[in-house]
Amino acid sequence: MGKKPSFASTQSSEWTVEAIEHYDLEIGRVARNYGLDCYRHQLEIITAEQMMDAYASIGMPVYYHHWSFGKHFLETENRYKRGQMGLAYEIVINSDPCIAYLMEENTLAMQALVIAHAAYGHNSFFKGNHLFRQWTSADAIVDYLIFARNYIAECEERHGIDEVERLIDACHALGNLGVDRYKRSPPLSLVKEQLRQKERAEYLQAQVNDLWRTLPRSALAEEPETEHRFPAQPEENLLYFIEKNAPLLEPWQREIVRIVRKINQYFYPQRQTQVMNEGWACFWHYTLLNTLYDEGKLSDGFMFEFLQSHTNVVYQPPYNSPYYSGINPYALGFNLWQDLRRICENPDDEDREWFPDIAGSDWRETLNFAMANFKDESFIAQYLSPRLMRDFRFFAVLDDDSRSKLRINAIHNEQGYRELRQKLSEQYNLGSADPNLQIWNVDLHGDRSLTLRHFTHRRRGLAEASFAALDHLAYLWGFTVRLEQQSPDGEVRLLGERKPERRRRF
Amino acid sequence: MTVRIVDRRQDSKNKSSINRSRFIRRFKGQIRKAVADAIARRGIRDLDNGEKIGIPSRDISEPQFRHSRSGIRENVHPGNDRFLPGDEVDRPLDGGGGQGRGQASKEGEGIDDFVFTLSRDEFLDIFFDELALPNLIKRQLAKIEEYRRVRAGYTHTGVPTNINLIRTMRGATGRRIATVGPQASRLRELQEELEKLLALRPDDDPEVKRLEREIAALRARLGTVPFIDTFDLRYNARIRIPEPSTQAVMFCLMDVSGSMDEGKKQMAKRFFMLLYLFLHRAYEHIEVVFIRHHTAAEEVDEDNFFHSRETGGTIVSSALKLMRDIIQERYMSSVWNIYGAQASDGDNWSDDSPQCRELLSAAILPAVQYFAYIEITDGEPQNLWLEYETVRDFHPDVFAMQRIAEATDIYPVFRELFKKRLV
Repeated sequence: MGKKPSFASTQSSEWTVEAIEHYDLEIGRVARNYGLDCYRHQLEIITAEQMMDAYASIGMPVYYHHWSFGKHFLETENRYKRGQMGLAYEIVINSDPCIAYLMEENTLAMQALVIAHAAYGHNSFFKGNHLFRQWTSADAIVDYLIFARNYIAECEERHGIDEVERLIDACHALGNLGVDRYKRSPPLSLVKEQLRQKERAEYLQAQVNDLWRTLPRSALAEEPETEHRFPAQPEENLLYFIEKNAPLLEPWQREIVRIVRKINQYFYPQRQTQVMNEGWACFWHYTLLNTLYDEGKLSDGFMFEFLQSHTNVVYQPPYNSPYYSGINPYALGFNLWQDLRRICENPDDEDREWFPDIAGSDWRETLNFAMANFKDESFIAQYLSPRLMRDFRFFAVLDDDSRSKLRINAIHNEQGYRELRQKLSEQYNLGSADPNLQIWNVDLHGDRSLTLRHFTHRRRGLAEASFAALDHLAYLWGFTVRLEQQSPDGEVRLLGERKPERRRRF
Repeated sequence: MTVRIVDRRQDSKNKSSINRSRFIRRFKGQIRKAVADAIARRGIRDLDNGEKIGIPSRDISEPQFRHSRSGIRENVHPGNDRFLPGDEVDRPLDGGGGQGRGQASKEGEGIDDFVFTLSRDEFLDIFFDELALPNLIKRQLAKIEEYRRVRAGYTHTGVPTNINLIRTMRGATGRRIATVGPQASRLRELQEELEKLLALRPDDDPEVKRLEREIAALRARLGTVPFIDTFDLRYNARIRIPEPSTQAVMFCLMDVSGSMDEGKKQMAKRFFMLLYLFLHRAYEHIEVVFIRHHTAAEEVDEDNFFHSRETGGTIVSSALKLMRDIIQERYMSSVWNIYGAQASDGDNWSDDSPQCRELLSAAILPAVQYFAYIEITDGEPQNLWLEYETVRDFHPDVFAMQRIAEATDIYPVFRELFKKRLV
């Protein structure tokens, strides 16, 4: 012994710390040759149980406590124990340094796959993509989560678990409508948060109270009040509106609303770039490990094991398969990036016609540009090629509940490519996946009731659970809440009205 | 620059335990109901396991503002195998298949129960909660007893101090014989062959060289067989067994006449369970005898005890007589600690009640550690109760009785018993 073990001769499939270090070194070298720009990273070895813990808290190392996370944990545990699902091989945290979890029961080949996938693939995406750059502060998120957990624990002690739980329930119910879709939020930092939190609480309370000033009004001001709505512009971020304007919330309650909103916002880019991000990571683990293999550094056995996992991950069952549950983001993403590289390296006539700018260009530059500047919706609209549509055999189905049958609108042929591409892109538009609900008005001078308006699109209504969510909104607002529906022709009708349950006063 | 690798496996495993207890706390109502069902199903000795609990999914859903399935929707699917633009097809697209299921779980409105497993501690916690046990008692009961370590053969894993040399060496010798044997005899053959050959031919003959090479290779292989392999190691195994070492017998006496309905039986079952739990803590080995009676008493198994139903009058003394006889027959030796628990709704033939008092005072109470009686009724006390009251006055240390309307009334029956043991 004494010699450095040769890479290819690593026979055992059991991993050791030295072997992982060695693989990481080699993968990192190849990644740098390809020009991947990553945060520093750290690998953490964990058990299956710890992986399930991590699942329950969206992969974050610290998180506040809530019964719903317990529910998710039990769900995961049940399905895992019954063998209905394997655990994800990896969880990677968008922080600096980027943390990637390796599960102890994986083989060495799997660990290498995870390192390439998470520590280099996802990591470079977090660092390069404009949404993550703009919306998230990788260096501060863990600090903020610690602040959030401590703050909420403190509130539980002071105000009781029930009270806090009720509030978080309500915030979670509005979670999907609690993000800014267009503005950038200021970066988060632990120290600043703590410093500012008290200040903010006092200031906000003063602001809110001002809205409900009960000083006698002068006769002059009384007249033209009819047309003023509050808010002047409809507000689509329900949690933001509640945080700033709900009249009866105590300062600590406002802070918790803010915490839930901030954390939601932090994860929003992940939801917007799932296909791109997973695809990018798959593309890179595939490219990096194949490069190492071509250099003769990986054994055949290693490659077989790796390829078997890889093909499982990027498998897309057809629509009529019992395993079909929508488009597999890993499959679509991986193939999009592979195809993009092909268009750069080996374009055919069709590619030159569809993608004149990038056909034949340098693939690394093109891919980096695409990675940095798009989200799922625009990425697909820009780069989905006819060939890929043919490979996936995509087709678009129109489901109109006023008709007795479904209608096939477009398939993977010359007439259908553009329509298909536009429809698939629309499918990844988060803005149209969630219902378009806006805070429309508050009756400042009357009963303080709040009106929420649903703008319908293509006659799509609201699911039954929405009314339960409306109860939560009423709880937060503290006064009556109305839900209206406005159809495209401007017709408005009242869907429901909720009065808050009696609030316990302190 | 090498990467930083952190081994977190030794860190706490139960980061989610708080969230888990929050979940249980939140759905205590539903879980309690499920636990009550489970108790009705379980044997009274079966309290050391967790329980699978089902809660209706609807109760634990987390609502959000979502689209319904109405209106116009357009979806892109993969795997077109037969459609052309303009085709009209029936709903659903794939004749059921995966899509329907996927949707149901996504919306979280499936009708299936959400099923999970309560641990033993969580289960007992809820069971005790219902019985309104004082905290001290809860802790005492839930605690697993002290253990004693005893030897239990040999294992393949262990710490170096526990290595058993004799076993290890024996295994190593066996392995060496098994692996080396055939090759060693082959080596001998080759050497003999070589000697013969050397007598006939010169040293550098190709055949001689070949044999020498083969011999060298075999020697090298034999040299690699280790004297002791990790595989040979044997360790002394020790297991832990619970410390308390005495034994007890518990008599469950229950009136199964027509007036004891299912609800009363369930109440009685909790009463027996609690006594069993107590005994389980204190004694290593417990036997349970079930005696049911109406006008006549018989000894039955647990299933029949709780689930069959008789009609007719009630003669309580028949059960006490049977208990006395069984004690004399099987449990007379001093190694048995005897406990009695009787449940009834208070009905008895008036002539019979004095007999019961006689039997208890003369034959049973002198033999038992403790006898507890519960009367599950909300009516006026009848003659049996009155007779038993005099028994209690004479034997306050070993006899307890209580009239019971709810499960929380059960504990006081055992108060003396627990107090005595805990001091």
